[in-house]
Amino acid sequence: MEKQEYTITLYTENSIGMISRIAIIFSRRKINIESLNTSPSEVHGIHRFTIVITESEEVVRKLCRQIEKQVEVLKAYYNTNDEVIWQEQALYKVPTDIVTEKAPIERLLREYGAHAVVIRNDYTVFETAGHREEIDKLTEALAEYNLIEFVRSARIAIIKDSKGFHNKLKEFEEAEPTQDVVENEYLDKQDKIFTM
Amino acid sequence: MNTLEITKNTPQQLQEEKAKTTKISGSQAVLEAFIAEGVDTIFGYPGGAIMPIYDALYDYNDKLKHILVRHEQGGIHAAQGYARTSGRTGVVFATSGPGATNLVTGLADAMIDSNPVVCVTGQVFAHLLGTDAFQETDVINITTPVTKWNYQVTDACEIPAALAKAFYIARTGRPGPVLIDITKNAQLQLFDYEGYKACNHIRSYRPAPIVRKEYIAQAAELINQAKKPFVLFGQGVILGKAENEFKAFIEKTGIPAAWTIMGLSALPTDHPLNVGMLGMHGNYAPNVLTNDCDVLIAIGMRFDDRVTGRLDKYAKQAKIIHLDIDPAEIDKNVKTTVPVWGDCKETLPLLTQLVQANQHDAWLQKFRELEQEEIKEVINNELQPSEGEMTMGEVINVLNELTNDDAVIVTDVGQHQMVACRYARFKQSKSNVTSGGLGTMGFGLPAAIGAWYGAPDRTVVAIIGDGGIQMTIQELGTIMQFGAKVKILILNNQFLGMVRQWQQLFHDKRYSFVNITSPDYVAVAKGYYISGKQVNERASLRQALKEMLEHDGSYLLEVMVGKENNVFPMVPQGSSVSEIRLK
Repeated sequence: MEKQEYTITLYTENSIGMISRIAIIFSRRKINIESLNTSPSEVHGIHRFTIVITESEEVVRKLCRQIEKQVEVLKAYYNTNDEVIWQEQALYKVPTDIVTEKAPIERLLREYGAHAVVIRNDYTVFETAGHREEIDKLTEALAEYNLIEFVRSARIAIIKDSKGFHNKLKEFEEAEPTQDVVENEYLDKQDKIFTM
Repeated sequence: MNTLEITKNTPQQLQEEKAKTTKISGSQAVLEAFIAEGVDTIFGYPGGAIMPIYDALYDYNDKLKHILVRHEQGGIHAAQGYARTSGRTGVVFATSGPGATNLVTGLADAMIDSNPVVCVTGQVFAHLLGTDAFQETDVINITTPVTKWNYQVTDACEIPAALAKAFYIARTGRPGPVLIDITKNAQLQLFDYEGYKACNHIRSYRPAPIVRKEYIAQAAELINQAKKPFVLFGQGVILGKAENEFKAFIEKTGIPAAWTIMGLSALPTDHPLNVGMLGMHGNYAPNVLTNDCDVLIAIGMRFDDRVTGRLDKYAKQAKIIHLDIDPAEIDKNVKTTVPVWGDCKETLPLLTQLVQANQHDAWLQKFRELEQEEIKEVINNELQPSEGEMTMGEVINVLNELTNDDAVIVTDVGQHQMVACRYARFKQSKSNVTSGGLGTMGFGLPAAIGAWYGAPDRTVVAIIGDGGIQMTIQELGTIMQFGAKVKILILNNQFLGMVRQWQQLFHDKRYSFVNITSPDYVAVAKGYYISGKQVNERASLRQALKEMLEHDGSYLLEVMVGKENNVFPMVPQGSSVSEIRLK
């Protein structure tokens, strides 16, 4: 099976050690986590992990099953890039004199929609957000103008088809779970894997 | 609570405090939780960081039996053995640092074999965490991959809820080991105890998936159409306490059923539909016919590589129905045609209802024919050799006869394990205790001790090789002190037999460090005040086994068996199950 980028979205309890419990599921299988973001979710008290890996669908599905098996994980979803809206953020530190003197920089920044966050005599910090390819291109371009520092955040992603986790959580909080708490990707797979 | 306050709580001061208030200590809360959960036996070993719990235990002596093992690994294996024969949750105490790390092998074993075990480890004072304090180890992170759940308690108020969760998680769904690490300050701390509330729901945890009727209907349809259906069953049947439901299902459908090593004893050996053991050293017929059946019904088993052999040549012709409580097992190794999620206690009766009563005599006959071939080629020589060195199989054969097929058989790991599981006969469930998934040498003796506490009215025979016994032989001390009536049967072939067999078959007989010498086991046993005997000739085998079984108390019998006997049949690694070798 073809490998491709997958975004894994987890809803978990916010308990100590969760990152470790999740991370070892990947490292045990020698799979590299390309990006990992943890944040609050749309539901108060529920944590959201966004993990990016490049693997085949079969591997990703099995990983999600293993992750979901963890006591403190409520749900694991995986999606291809066209099933999610995703962003990464980047910060660039560039010498201010170069910014003010070199005209192409201005053009570059406009092109990529970067904003100045801090302007000092010695350096200026720009911020931009977008897909990795765009960020990478800007990084490459700025490298020619004495880029002092660069950092890019993990991916955050919104699932296009998701109706959010509020209703799902209600199901989980009931002692008797409802039917589709476990979906069968094989028999149910018509046009959508996602069944929220 | 600050440090000064914590360290003030010495046992004497605790007593005084207790007299004044209705508060109890964290340690007492642990023991109260055990009592509320119906725990009667604890396997443990004290140490600095768990001393407050042991101090509290002093006052609970009448309600909780504590077995002082000789090594923490022995403690957890004993708890596993207890869980396996009693069907209840095993409980272990260990101290911080080395005490806790000694549990790791047992945790891994319990994890892969789905044993419900709750371990409570002591930990250094909370304010010392991360300071490399004496006997401090990051137990939570070390044990994360080998526990179903773990949790560190740093405040006594958390103890009742943490233990309630621990017991709930350990025993429900697919069972597994849980570890609760309690810092010393939390054990000493007094708090307002509001009683123990058992846990029955955790919002992020689904013990068993919802049963979906449409899949049961699809499965039934496949079964009804099948000409050559074949059932594989594993420990799920035992863990789900679904032995009767299982029997009803196969009897109605007339489907031959083969077991994994963990499913052994769920179906009586002499049941007409029991066609034997699956896997690398399993029986000939079930392995060969796996690649001949048209519908394969897997019940509470996980298609381990030792069962499937080469996956891309495994039952490719068959439609697969997989019944399992753990959704992660579905499609993990073998692609399923119809998955039947859920507890088989629940799903099997639903399935039985929908299937037509049937018989598959011609198909079953095929199993019996291949069985005859195996009997002729392998089993006769193994069970009734007329001359030459003694075989492991003949020892098991006489043992079956003398125990009326009704002993609890505990094994270690290696050749003797395969032989014991192949030839031991069973009448009732929960009678076989073995380290299946992890293959932990040293498991046998401590597990047998626990198995006896879990079923003290039954005859418990620990069958152990000369390699495995030397790994945890210190547990003879536990038997000596607490009197578990374990019959220890050492099958001594003076080799690490299974590795030797592989070296012979696949490494040109280059016997690299498989030659292992033994102490005088009878003398060692005597040193522990345990009676024993060695047998090295066929003529005295029966009498010696009889003596062992009739002896009131533990007994060690060492039987000298052939040095270079091999276990056959065998599916060589990388081969298909149907390429199983009879010699």
